[in-house]
This record gives sequence, structure tokens and C-alpha cells, in this order.
Amino acid sequence: MIELNFGRKLGALDLQVDVTLPSRGVSALFGRSGAGKSSLINAVAGIVRPDHGRIRVGERVFYDHDSGTDLPIEARGIGYVFQDARLFPHLSVAGNLRYGLKRARGTHTVGWDSVVEVLGLDHLLDRRPWNLSGGERQRVAIGRALLRQPSLLLMDEPLASLDAPRKAEVLPYIERLAREFALPVLYVSHSIEEVTRLADHLVIVSEGRTVASGELSDIMSRPEHAPLIGRYEAGSVLDCTVLQHNDDYALTTLRFADGQLRVPRIDLDPGAPVRVRIRARDVALALSRPMDVSIVNKLPGRVQQITPRDGPYADVTVDLGSRTLRALITRESCDRLGLQPGTPVWTMVKSVALDSRSVGFSRRPRSASPAQAPDLPQKPGAPAEAD
Amino acid sequence: MDGTAIALSARLAGVTLLVLLPLAVLLGRWLAVTRTRFKPWIEGLLALPLVLPPTVVGYYLLVAMGNQSALGRLFEAVVGHALAFSFGGLVFASVLVNVPFAVQPVQRAFESISPDLREAAQCCGLTRWQALWRIELPLAWPGLLSAAVLTFAHTLGEFGVVLMVGGNIPGETQTVAISIYDRTQSFDHASAGAMAALLLVISLVTMAVSYGLVERLMRRRRSA
Repeated sequence: MIELNFGRKLGALDLQVDVTLPSRGVSALFGRSGAGKSSLINAVAGIVRPDHGRIRVGERVFYDHDSGTDLPIEARGIGYVFQDARLFPHLSVAGNLRYGLKRARGTHTVGWDSVVEVLGLDHLLDRRPWNLSGGERQRVAIGRALLRQPSLLLMDEPLASLDAPRKAEVLPYIERLAREFALPVLYVSHSIEEVTRLADHLVIVSEGRTVASGELSDIMSRPEHAPLIGRYEAGSVLDCTVLQHNDDYALTTLRFADGQLRVPRIDLDPGAPVRVRIRARDVALALSRPMDVSIVNKLPGRVQQITPRDGPYADVTVDLGSRTLRALITRESCDRLGLQPGTPVWTMVKSVALDSRSVGFSRRPRSASPAQAPDLPQKPGAPAEAD
Repeated sequence: MDGTAIALSARLAGVTLLVLLPLAVLLGRWLAVTRTRFKPWIEGLLALPLVLPPTVVGYYLLVAMGNQSALGRLFEAVVGHALAFSFGGLVFASVLVNVPFAVQPVQRAFESISPDLREAAQCCGLTRWQALWRIELPLAWPGLLSAAVLTFAHTLGEFGVVLMVGGNIPGETQTVAISIYDRTQSFDHASAGAMAALLLVISLVTMAVSYGLVERLMRRRRSA
């Protein structure tokens, strides 16, 4: 377990953290800029010193105000990937990577070859930081942090300084590393898209406070968190597997606990786990089974909860059986259809709304340890280099 | 040409460099990161040799080295002869006079290294000292080079302070600059001219080469 329970006043920001995170998988710290996410992660790294409280990672206490424990940065055994790569400019890529490796203590569980292979660094090793692209720099920085054999990997908005194509280039590498190297990752982001693709556990940070913490799909499905996530982006997350492809129409059918979803074609083999984010604003509701509409994703359920929002909106949570789906509709529609908790409804989701931004392949079956995971999903092809 | 004076000047410049450079690294690095409110005063004090007449600096140094002062008496007790008007005294004076020439480039070089990079080094497991030695020093290298060249060239050319504290003892304190003055006074224009030209060439070449090197290093850094 990772226990973060501390506070620190930093100018106008009053950081008050109280969360416990699982010691495996990706935990995302999500919140608007200025919410205190970076200060939080810097306190874990030892760059920011708390005023009080305790920071513990597994058995190791990093900071404990009462006993006066405050491990220096270099003794915490963490890997840190900064928003700006912060490579050492006087060293080659290989030299930068070696800096991580040389300082590592104990047994090496993350090997040089596997890092070079997973991050696609082979042809970059002799290059200098100044003639790398932004995306390449960030991949080298990730490699350097991994080779340090960290007990915890910290990533502070590693994609924020990259443009969209570079983001799309680096994201699959991060998805892959979380799967291939079994180590906990603390991932700071203000992008719900990144968070849903990467995270297992979600912590929402707002005005210096950790206001929600839990399993990603659980936190995302709770309408009370919608204002913090943003009306446009809020929605549900469903863990699915690829069922089959329809090449003629370039569509893929996914299966999840309560039914099937048709999405634009994704390049994964049948059986591969996929995570789909369905924005509440992309879900429509009907009282009877819709017959002559273009929408193919129609799932029956019952209204579980109706949360009125500011202005014309209402947030309706529909119980599909074992999963829930959220719909953002107008309060007027809600009244016209006479929706109430318990009302049977059909939910409709346009396939077009489930584009590549909302479909990411998830990493492994939840709660299975990497060693037991029976068949890891097909590795994604390394994206083409833009050299 | 006065071979003795040339050799003495070279020796003085070399010894000054050996003593001053480590001091300049520590002092420059400290000034680059310190947040003490006395920083402007400390910087001002270290820059004094740039603006004070060499006679003023030389006067105070002479007083400090005399047998009225603790330093002068200590040196005499340990070494057996007075600090003033000796090669040791010359080194002492030369180090002090060159402080701004050595410290300022080093300080600028360390200031140009982002604190972010220091954090990154520590996150890679380096202690502060290891980060200083392995990351900051290699990055501050152009500044160190500038400091070394400026100190060396300036020591070769220093006149006023050397005359004040060293006197004019051939083989002990008579440097090239003093020797040139001497020869000129005694109308030995051939020798004075040759040495002046030598000093000019050495200074020009070392400065130009170092500026070129620093420029090249910095250009590579900037694009990083």
C-alpha cells in the first residue's frame, strides 16, 4: 500500500492529502491545473517537504513528521518522469539511460534490453538530447527512470508538453510499460482521456485536497464527481474485450458484462482487453426499444439515480445489470419521459462517438497479477518513427 | 628577453590558477544558489579588485602581510621569512586580485544550470555532491575554462599590485610586466619590445582560443 497522509501550505495553496493507493498498477492524480497535483507528487519524491503527516510506500517510510524521518530524494528509490524530460545535455541517450542503471541498488528487475526494446530506443542510443524530438526525449526520460529500478514510478504530466501526434506516439509506450514492468505508477494528469486509458485507480485532486479516491470505473460512474471531471468529459468507463471485427464496414464488436458495443475498428486481436470511455453527453435514453434509428448500440437497463445539474441538464445513471452507464439529458426530457429511479429504459450510444480517443486497450484483467495473467494482449505495433 | 622573468610569470600564473580555481568553483557555485540577503555585498566585495586602483589593493595587501599583522607573523613563523616581497606573498596577492576574474564566469556558468536538472539528478539517485561532480561540473565546463584563461592571462599582465607587494627582485618577484617596465626605464627597447610582443601574442591567442571553445560548447548546449 502507498499511504499518503500529509499537508503543506504553499502560498495560496493549502495541500491536504489523505489517500491510500494500491501498490500495483497505475494510480492517476487527476485535477485542473493549479489543483496541487504536482506539489503532491513532488512531496512523494522529496522535492517538497510537508509540514506534517506521513508518506509511506510499501514498508518504507519516506517522511514521518512525528519521528522526524525525511529521506533525501536520492535515497527514496523512486523514478521520476518530469513534464519536460530534463535529460542531462552533456550525455548521449545511452549515457542518460546508464545514469539510471548505475545508481540502482539491489537486484535489477528492469533490464537494459527490455527497456530499450519496450521504449523503442535502439536507434537513438548514440544521439544527444538536443537532436531528439519531444516525444523521443520523453521516451528516453521514461527509460532512465525505469532503469533506476524504482519501487515507485512518478510521472508528472509526461505528455502535457507534447503536441497531439507526439502524444499519440508516446502514450502506447506508457501503456506498455505499466503492463510489462510490474511496478506502481503515480501518474499526474489533467487529461481525462489519458487517465481513462492508463489508470486503474483514480484520485481526484481539487483545490489542494484529495476529494475522491477509488477504482477508476467506480469513481467515473459516480455523478457527484462530474463537476470536477468536467461536463463535457464526464461519463462511464467500461472494461470490454474484443469479440470480432467486421472488415467490410471497418467496425469492431466489443463484449462486456452486460452486452455488446459496436465501435470503429481497432487493431487488436479478438480476446484482447479494451477500455471504453462513454461520455454521458453521447448517451441518449428511450422508454421503449428504439427500432428505426441509425444507432446500433442499444442496451436495456433501469434508471438508478437522477442528478439535476445547473441549467437545463440532468445526469441519469442507468443500471445495465452489473455495470452502470451515465446519460446527460435535459431536465425537460427527463420530465417528459417521466423518468424516476426504477423506470426501465433503453440506452443508445452512437458508434461514431466511440472514436480512438475513447477506446484504449487496457492492460490486463483487473486484480490478476502480471505473473498469472494468462495471455497478455497482443503488443501494439511500435508507432512509426517520425525521423 | 628576460627568461627568468618569463619563467617566473608563468610559474606565478600556474600556481595562482591551481590555488584559485577550486576556491572559485566552491564560491561561484555557492553564490549561484544562495538566497542570503548579503549576496550583493559579498559579490561587491569580491569585485573590488576590478574597480580599485592596484595601488590601493596593493597597499592593503602589504599591510596585511607585514610583520604587524597576524597573517604576516604566522607566515614568518612557519616559513622563516617575510611574506611581503617574496614569491609566496606574490601568489597570495595574485590569488586575491584574480578572484573576480575566476569567480564571475564560474558563478554565471552554475547559474545557467536549471535547478530542475539538479532535481532530476537526485531523482536518478545522485547525492548533492555526486550531482555537483558528475552533472553540474561538466555542464559548467565552459565557465571554468573562461575563468582559467582569464586568470592566467590576467596574472601574466598584472603590474601595479605586483610592484606594491613584490617589489622588484629578479628571480623572486620580478615578473615579465615589471621587467618590461625596468627595461623601458633603462632604454633597453629591444628586450622590452620583444617581451611586450610575446605577452601580447600569448594573451591574444589564449583568449581567442578560449572564446572559440566556449562559443562552440555553448552553441551545442543551447540547442539541447
